[in-house]
Amino acid sequence: MADPLKVRDARDVETAVRWAIAQSKTLEIVGRGSKRALGRPAQWDATLDLSALNGVTLYEPEELVLTAQAGTPLREIESLVDRSNQELAFEPMDYGPLLGMPHGRSSIGGAIVTNLSGPRRIKAGAARDHFLGFSGVSGRGETFKSGGRVVKNVTGYDLCKLMAGSWGTLAALTEITIKVLPRAETEMTLVVQGLVDAGAAKAMAAAMGSPCDVSGAAHLPARVAAQLLPGLGAGKAATVFRIEGVEPSVVHRARVLSELMKSYGALAMVEPQRSRHLWRAIRDVTPFGADGPVGTYPVWRISTAPTEGAELARLISEDIEAEFIFDWAGGLIWAVLAPSDDAGEAIVRAATTICGGHAMLVRAPAAIRAMVPVFAPEEGALAALTARVKHGFDPQGALNPGRMWAGI
Amino acid sequence: MVTMPKPDAAVLARREAIVKALRAIVPGEGVIASEREMKPYESDGLTAYRQMPMVVVLPSTTGQVSAVLKYCHDNGIKVVPRGAGTSLSGGALPLGDGVLLGMAKFNRIHSIDYANRVAVVGPGVTNLAVSTAVAHAGFYYAPDPSSQIACTIGGNVAENSGGVHCLKYGMTTNNVLGCELVLINGEILRFGGKHLDSAGYDLLGIITGSEGLLGVVTEITVRLLKKPETARAVLVGFYSSEDAGECVSKIIGAGIIPGGMEMMDKPAIHAVEEFVHAGYPLDVEALLIVELDGPGAEVNHLIERIDRIAKQCRATSCKVSNSEEERLLFWAGRKAAFPAVGRISPDYYCMDGTIPRAKLPLVLARMREMSAKYELGVANVFHAGDGNLHPLILYDANKPGELERCEAFGAEILRLCVEVGGVLTGEHGVGVEKRDLMPVMFTEEDLKQQQRLKCAFDDKGLLNPGKVFPTLHRCAELGRMHVHHGQTAFPDLPRF
Repeated sequence: MADPLKVRDARDVETAVRWAIAQSKTLEIVGRGSKRALGRPAQWDATLDLSALNGVTLYEPEELVLTAQAGTPLREIESLVDRSNQELAFEPMDYGPLLGMPHGRSSIGGAIVTNLSGPRRIKAGAARDHFLGFSGVSGRGETFKSGGRVVKNVTGYDLCKLMAGSWGTLAALTEITIKVLPRAETEMTLVVQGLVDAGAAKAMAAAMGSPCDVSGAAHLPARVAAQLLPGLGAGKAATVFRIEGVEPSVVHRARVLSELMKSYGALAMVEPQRSRHLWRAIRDVTPFGADGPVGTYPVWRISTAPTEGAELARLISEDIEAEFIFDWAGGLIWAVLAPSDDAGEAIVRAATTICGGHAMLVRAPAAIRAMVPVFAPEEGALAALTARVKHGFDPQGALNPGRMWAGI
Repeated sequence: MVTMPKPDAAVLARREAIVKALRAIVPGEGVIASEREMKPYESDGLTAYRQMPMVVVLPSTTGQVSAVLKYCHDNGIKVVPRGAGTSLSGGALPLGDGVLLGMAKFNRIHSIDYANRVAVVGPGVTNLAVSTAVAHAGFYYAPDPSSQIACTIGGNVAENSGGVHCLKYGMTTNNVLGCELVLINGEILRFGGKHLDSAGYDLLGIITGSEGLLGVVTEITVRLLKKPETARAVLVGFYSSEDAGECVSKIIGAGIIPGGMEMMDKPAIHAVEEFVHAGYPLDVEALLIVELDGPGAEVNHLIERIDRIAKQCRATSCKVSNSEEERLLFWAGRKAAFPAVGRISPDYYCMDGTIPRAKLPLVLARMREMSAKYELGVANVFHAGDGNLHPLILYDANKPGELERCEAFGAEILRLCVEVGGVLTGEHGVGVEKRDLMPVMFTEEDLKQQQRLKCAFDDKGLLNPGKVFPTLHRCAELGRMHVHHGQTAFPDLPRF
């Protein structure tokens, strides 16, 4: 068991990292620990616990900006901005259900460095697109900052982008500033029933290519559809489209989209409250949840061009028993596979090689995650550049070494 | 004036051999070495700075870019990449001992993929050309910098360009999905593609806005958006900038994110109205243009709400566009703001800071004081939705001392932007212009960490040196680990 170090403030983070450098120790950086089962399992000498860096230090709804210490629970931030009818538009998913962890445990820092997003990614972007500025401590034990508290800022390199999705391998972030946006007044979901994967991809492309401003486009297999939309066309796959906004606009766009979709299959409309529950379940991939029927099976998260999603899934199913949820109009595939020695790694990587995109193994026993690459492997000049970037921030490999790839 | 790195005499002495070697890589007219032909490249949109390059190279293939960069890397020759040369911060200002690498020949749209809503384009394609190419299918490319007729997508990536619609639709970084990049050592890399998420570190995100200091982009995958069904604009006048600022805050507070929200102050309104006769009210201190886009039902609904908010904020006039011509006329004034100011003053200097919106009245008041102090007029146009300020300082370059006074005035404005919680540049970039102001916003450690990232891409510091960073450090020096004495023990931290 690694030695836990509980910091009290940002200053302590600097002290801790300097200590690790001087002692040639490695640190596991933990906000609230909700995603510790994600990524490569590695041995770290000590755990840097940032949960005491807690609290929103600035929230100005009319400026659309919020600053919080990195360990602040995401859920607290979400309920705070909700009181001003705002939200984090990037719709950060909760990995709790998939990983068998308590729900709603993520910190804002964890959400940012893993670049979380949700179904609204197709319209509003991911954490990276809402991340305005930060303070943090590099693997050199030096406190530095980047960005600011305004949306429009091109002063210096955009290090926020680099930190989002760096999984704590470049710096321990201590303070985070994000953009917040007004929450939609209402929403509705249009369901198209009974489409096969390839047909759903066409329907989703047509919807995304319409002026209906769809903020969620997903395709659910029959078993998942029966679970998430009980009483609605049982036994059939469901392709679902979310429309959000002010009431008259939602009504109008739902009508236009229905007209566009009626040639694809039978239609149904889901009212606001059920729609919200549906998209939360899609966001958190609860049908593949750890407490469900496929709860112990490996899960992959595959990002590809939307039109390639169906073919990619077909290639995987040729070689292994699998079930898929397609989000992002087909561009994000959650794949649950029958258990195997490599969690289906060879099959999944072969499919992404053919169809383009990349895959991350998000759920598998630690022993398998230690054995097969969890993140898409990098090679050649790209791998060398990644290593040089890491070295520039963390030359001794003190921060989360091995979390993404061996040696990073 | 900012001083650029001294030309290296040893490199200049080898000029003939260098030109010959480059001609072997890029044949024919792709290498320009005569003074007369290089003249158009001596400056960019920041015309106060001029410098002839050592040689201009215009490659037309990724292979040529790679070979040119590798040659320069092997021989210690500096390289300045250039798109259309519309930078307002001197990002493409040549170096006397450097190669100016013009990317204009990469002007092909390679493919348009409506099903995935992306286009793959060369970096020399102009911003507007992308939208034009997909307009017939009802799509467009969202970032729309005011130079969009001329500026290139490659330059947009380098500068992370914005435009009047980025409050709702984001800047370049939110609208590109992939790129091909050539490093200074000649290596060719691909980041991203038609998918949304990055597989590893978000290197595309770091390239975007890196001002040509990290690599040369040779292909870009951009997102295409479906055109909104309709757009309408509202023109609202106010007796004070405080009222206008309050109106902007209330609109956003009401949960409305307009497609565009622009503000002009009195000097800008008068200059513009005289020039384009857009029907702007002349008896107001501040004018807002608020544009709503989307389905007609939504736009009409929101316009009613905005009308109510404007009245609550003591608007003196509120005019809604009733036709596409009228909407374009409202915008014509705003879009002509720079040339309009150009008519009332021999020269003007366009600044670009961002502030938290609530600080607008304070910043405008302080700017008026500065205007008196420096004895130079100033007109303001302002992307009100996102706090991006464009003060236009009026001066006459032919009057001794005015340019210097103007630059000092501009620097004081940008310092004020940082002081009130904003930043030095919202969309024009640091370049040469704001380079020496970087320490106002960043500590030495902040800047060194940024430069260490540069070292990961460009170990010899050959790409666009003299831009962005006020002090050039060698990578070896930046890489050295600082030993923090007294950190061997760890007594203070509670352990659980």
